[in-house]
Amino acid sequence: MFRRLHDAGGQSVTIDFEGDALQVGAQETVAAALVAAGAGHSRTTPVNGAPRLPFCMMGVCFDCLVEIDGVPNKQACMETVREGMKISRQDGKRRLDP
Amino acid sequence: MHSADVIVVGGGSFGAAVAYGLVRQGVDTVILDGSDDSLRAARGNFGLVWVQSKGMGLQRYADWSRESSHLWTDFADDLQDSAGIHVNYQNGGGLNLLLSEEERENCRRSIDIMRQQAGPDGYDAEIIERDEVQKMVPGLRVGDDVAGASFGPHDGHANPLRLLRALHSGFEHRGGRYFAQNEVVSITHDGSAFVAQTANDRFVAPKIVIACGHGITKLAPMVGLNAPIRPQRGQVLVTERIETTVEMALGSIRQTDEGGFMFGNSEEEVGFNDGTTLPIAGNIAARAVKAFPQLSGVRLVRNWGCIRVLTPDKCAIYDESETIPGAYVATSHSGVTLAAVNAHHVANWVATGDTPPDFDHFSARRFDVPAAA
Amino acid sequence: MSETVDLLIIGGGPAGLAAAVEADGLGLSVLLLDEQTEPGGQIYRGIESVHPDTLTVLGDDYAQGASLAEAFRRSGSTYRPGATVWRVDEDGSVAYSQDGKGATATGKRVLVATGALERPVPIPGWTLPGVMSAGGAQVLLKSAGMVPSGRVAVAGCGPLALLVTQQLISAGANVVALLETTRAGDYLCATPHLFGALSAGSYLRKGRRMRRNIKRADVPIHSGVSDLAAIGEGTLSAVAFSRDSARTELAVDTLLLHIGVVPNTQITRQVFCEHEWYAPQRYWRPVRDDWGATSQAQIAVAGDGGGIDGAAAAALHGRLAALDAAGRQGKVELAERNRRADPIRYELAGHQAIRPLLDTLFPPPQDLCAPPDDATLVCRCEEISAGDIREAVALGAMGPNQLKAFTRCGMGPCQGRMCGLTVAELVAQAKGESVEDVGYYRIRPPIKPVTMGELAAMADD
Repeated sequence: MFRRLHDAGGQSVTIDFEGDALQVGAQETVAAALVAAGAGHSRTTPVNGAPRLPFCMMGVCFDCLVEIDGVPNKQACMETVREGMKISRQDGKRRLDP
Repeated sequence: MHSADVIVVGGGSFGAAVAYGLVRQGVDTVILDGSDDSLRAARGNFGLVWVQSKGMGLQRYADWSRESSHLWTDFADDLQDSAGIHVNYQNGGGLNLLLSEEERENCRRSIDIMRQQAGPDGYDAEIIERDEVQKMVPGLRVGDDVAGASFGPHDGHANPLRLLRALHSGFEHRGGRYFAQNEVVSITHDGSAFVAQTANDRFVAPKIVIACGHGITKLAPMVGLNAPIRPQRGQVLVTERIETTVEMALGSIRQTDEGGFMFGNSEEEVGFNDGTTLPIAGNIAARAVKAFPQLSGVRLVRNWGCIRVLTPDKCAIYDESETIPGAYVATSHSGVTLAAVNAHHVANWVATGDTPPDFDHFSARRFDVPAAA
Repeated sequence: MSETVDLLIIGGGPAGLAAAVEADGLGLSVLLLDEQTEPGGQIYRGIESVHPDTLTVLGDDYAQGASLAEAFRRSGSTYRPGATVWRVDEDGSVAYSQDGKGATATGKRVLVATGALERPVPIPGWTLPGVMSAGGAQVLLKSAGMVPSGRVAVAGCGPLALLVTQQLISAGANVVALLETTRAGDYLCATPHLFGALSAGSYLRKGRRMRRNIKRADVPIHSGVSDLAAIGEGTLSAVAFSRDSARTELAVDTLLLHIGVVPNTQITRQVFCEHEWYAPQRYWRPVRDDWGATSQAQIAVAGDGGGIDGAAAAALHGRLAALDAAGRQGKVELAERNRRADPIRYELAGHQAIRPLLDTLFPPPQDLCAPPDDATLVCRCEEISAGDIREAVALGAMGPNQLKAFTRCGMGPCQGRMCGLTVAELVAQAKGESVEDVGYYRIRPPIKPVTMGELAAMADD
């Protein structure tokens, strides 16, 4: 959905989204990284299973909920990427921690 | 000016249940309700259909609660039919968790008292051990501090907000008339009927049921009724939606059918302040996390205070005015539990004068202090 | 664990930053809790790390933020980034989360500087992947140097829609159209010379320049559009609109929506501040005096969170609130406080002069306040439609809170941020009442979700 204007250059990290390795800018939020990666959707809603992508980018809409390093329902737009970060779609309701 | 067979004052759990029962019997009924920001204990209700621990000091109330739980399944089915709304009544029993030896001991003593009070009728709650608790909540790991629980076989839970909506919907589908933003200012009797005056309107009926929670304090005396109620705050926490993990209700923890976990169950004497406090909310959370450590990472999305409508002995008040027959008062803080009997027996009592057995046990006269000798 | 400061500021945008600098200069101890990881809020988002080329695209107004952020960093204020406030109490105590750990802090005065949010734009299909707020796209440009790939259209009204369109074009995005719901833009172009006030004139000239730039880039501006709809199966493929009795479908990959910004009142409502209805722009704002004091003794508000005035005005409001805090705490004599405030007020008046005109010329369009199509989703979290809301009102829900109880609208994670205004408008329309009388959701803590574990640590048992 989005593309970068500039190369991240030396300032990049590698993260994992649904098994795919992505090279992203070290300062990017997870939400930015996902829309730049062309993710078709980053979650499905708990009520109707509808596909959603981040909408407001500023922590207001909660449409950007994803699972980050095993923690569900995190706002992707409020998290900065980290080397080795593992991101999965939030499919519907979360599960309880083990 | 509107006239009806019965005016029900209050559109909360009590009012809506009685009114629903009335229209089900073909009685022309109006509900007079307050505004969007009225106190509305019904909106804060936890959703328990609870029998255990009810009625200490008043066996009739213990029986009444149990009877309601037995009627609840048919009541829920009836609501599904008339309102098309599924209130998700679960009646697999309920647990009051005991998180210390002291709590366990206190519980054992209470159960003894209730058993003695019940006599041959029996009291069915019993203390169960930790491992039995775990078997009843297989989806959740029971915390180390859980010393056991009291299990009540008649207990259960339902969706309290859908119940309210279903009652309103069912009421209107069967011809009931609902008037919001019509808080009753005064009730008089003109010789042949009751006249309820609101800010902009008048309602006339030969019978009136005052079931408006804290509004009862001002209105009941107008028709020669006394209902000593007081406010008591309970704070509630609700979480993000989680996959279904627990179907059984626990006294201060339940998982709604939408998936959020709800936690209660403070008892604070703070007047009508329905705010929240960090320490109490923290206590509720701490207890929940002690009970089920897996809840630690679950996120709270809302915390509110709700003002219970509490009688002096925590048991219901049902009364008909002696000075002006045809005026009734009905109240208790257990609006969800009693919705079934309210829709059945109380509606019938109002409609036909058919008094349920030993109903005078619920009169507020039980609180009258006898005159000094 | 709990500290007390003279001024506890929530929010790192222009109001918060300017307040911090001013208060620190007056000798107050200042703690600024910022949900973001660097100063700037949303309007100056990414100001410390933006790529120089992107800075050019974003323009001078954005660049102003750099000196403010620098001044803040140099000041003696304590900056706590990544700190999400989730509860504010009337006595000035604040609970927040940072790095998954909970903490509390108390301000002798608390300044709520959490700014604005975009008004929701409930059109059919607005939840489709590919539809985003214009402000959201601007955040991506500022903080990540990104533009929409593929064909993008901007739809709505208001200065930000125009600005984002121009910025995206400058940055090289393939903007295929600007769909304006108003024709007011044309008005403004024709008659800037009629408006005498210097600032008003320069503001209008800015708008005119932006429209010229957009047209020069051969990007069509369709004014007076209505019945916007986002079309697609599982993802956006087109935007539909009506104009002059013709209906058009434009193939797009990204649709950016914007019909104005409104104060973010989550915190001010949660701490029981009184709010008032501002009819020209159809939003609620906290009642405040000209120092930013609210109806709550220890709570002040500055910036767009108190009423939409823009970034420059926000900084000035921040400084006034800081002065007031200093005055109340005896750090400055009241006469001196007033003397220092005078030039700030003078400058503020200049920025506020344009507001009545702007607010009247760009009201949010009625059918985007109360969507006519019953199928349009209003509550994105719980997926409640306009029709569901109308049905609940017919059942007897007489206000947003009863409506919430009947439908779950507003109970999701966003706690009404995306649906509250729309719900109030729909209830008002269905009942034939004013939106002001209908009211708004009761806002409760936590302001942002907090884990049970963190909350449990605040127990006192």
